[in-house]
Amino acid sequence: MTAPEGLRRTPLHEAHVAAGGRMVPFAGWELPVQYRGIGEEHTAVRTAAGLFDVSHMGEIWVEGPRALDAVQRLITNDAGRLAVGQGLYSPMCLPTGGIVDDVTVFRVADHAYLFVVNAATRAKDVAWIEEHAGGAVVRDASDETALLALQGPRAAAVLEAATGRAFDGLRRFHLIGGVALAGTRVTVSRTGYTGEDGFEIAVVPELAPAVWEALLTAGRPHGLVPAGLGARDTLRLEAAYMLYGNDIDETTSPLEAPLGWTVKLDKAGFIGREALLAQKTAGVGRRLVGFEIADRAIPRQHCAIWADQAPAGEVTSGSFSPTLRRPIGLGYVPAALALPGAALQIEVRDRRVPATVVRLPFYRRPAGSGETR
Amino acid sequence: MYPDDRRYTREHEWAKREDGRIRVGITKFAADRLSDVVFIELPKVGAEVRAMEPFGVIESVKAASDLYAPVSGRVVEVNQQLVDSPEMINQDPHGAAWMVVIEPSGDEAWDGLLDAAAYGALVGAEH
Repeated sequence: MTAPEGLRRTPLHEAHVAAGGRMVPFAGWELPVQYRGIGEEHTAVRTAAGLFDVSHMGEIWVEGPRALDAVQRLITNDAGRLAVGQGLYSPMCLPTGGIVDDVTVFRVADHAYLFVVNAATRAKDVAWIEEHAGGAVVRDASDETALLALQGPRAAAVLEAATGRAFDGLRRFHLIGGVALAGTRVTVSRTGYTGEDGFEIAVVPELAPAVWEALLTAGRPHGLVPAGLGARDTLRLEAAYMLYGNDIDETTSPLEAPLGWTVKLDKAGFIGREALLAQKTAGVGRRLVGFEIADRAIPRQHCAIWADQAPAGEVTSGSFSPTLRRPIGLGYVPAALALPGAALQIEVRDRRVPATVVRLPFYRRPAGSGETR
Repeated sequence: MYPDDRRYTREHEWAKREDGRIRVGITKFAADRLSDVVFIELPKVGAEVRAMEPFGVIESVKAASDLYAPVSGRVVEVNQQLVDSPEMINQDPHGAAWMVVIEPSGDEAWDGLLDAAAYGALVGAEH
């Protein structure tokens, strides 16, 4: 299906329109930015549950006896410790240490790994993975895969109601296949991009509308609502999850972003290792920080950051935080300023407003709300 | 649906004549599209504004939008209650959520504004 502007539509397009979704272009796709309102959907995910269509994301398989070698070469994190059914988050880096994309990688079978990648970088990722596959078999399954994200403290209760089975045994960043739902079989992982407990559910495109409806119906008594890209962005920002293209890209390294924990320098032979080792040894010149603004001004991407009357960097993401009820943002600043409490000024519409560096994430879910890491 | 006791800009402000002064707000169409309004920045009383130039800003969770003055003149009243409770904009955009009152410096801008029927046709076309 193709929209007039050449934008692609997900199998849930009609369901979004019927639910009052306001459709906007995003990464070459037509997706709902909101249904009832960003604030309402955001709060539903923090207090009950929300259902997102993330079918635009890419799914790329790396398979065969050489699969693990390829995965280990491609990502900075260590897939060598993954059990079957387990996944991890990792950047893929260039030899310079710049980030090609940030991905989730699951070990689905002994010699089969699944990369879940960003929509905007899918074609680039496929080419990059093929180039460095070293004999592993690479297959782009994005067009055969619809993906839903069920997120929030009530997500597990909703999924249990929809499937008639418990998910207590499915730990964070683990995945299970063959789950019966809405007359089909789906693959469920305990992952997400909201800072809440939650699941991502992969299904063949033809049956995505049935799964979407079944989840919404089962979730209604739990307060589940459909949620759009707007809430997805405010939720991930509060949780300080990086947005590729805003907070990280080919010019930023995982050590400058708060992703040092994903860089396993003791792992041999991954792309970017030498550059990242040199950066680590020399120390990075700039770091991505989170900041809050007490004033009534909302930082947006590309707003200038100042410190002591001197330019200090640029905002990479910014919004009003619906949970904290104040403006928050992310941006790169000289490493000396990357300390909680440091004073910055953010240029919002020709006015420099005071901001304070804070510890990330902005929001951490209360202990005991769903599965923990 | 759009009251015919006032005129409209193509940028979705309304302008209502009251004893020679102009009360200004944004239309229901604009308010509906601006869900999740967080801040509204308005000029101070005494500020000079110019027709079809920004006089203030509405910040929603997603984006900032300029507010355009329907006419040139001097701001004589500001709705401080709206600044303190921006969510009013979604409740009563054509009434209690007015923004400023302008003492116009001339009539020429007023004559270029749309009437209710023309504005209704404009936003009908945008739906």
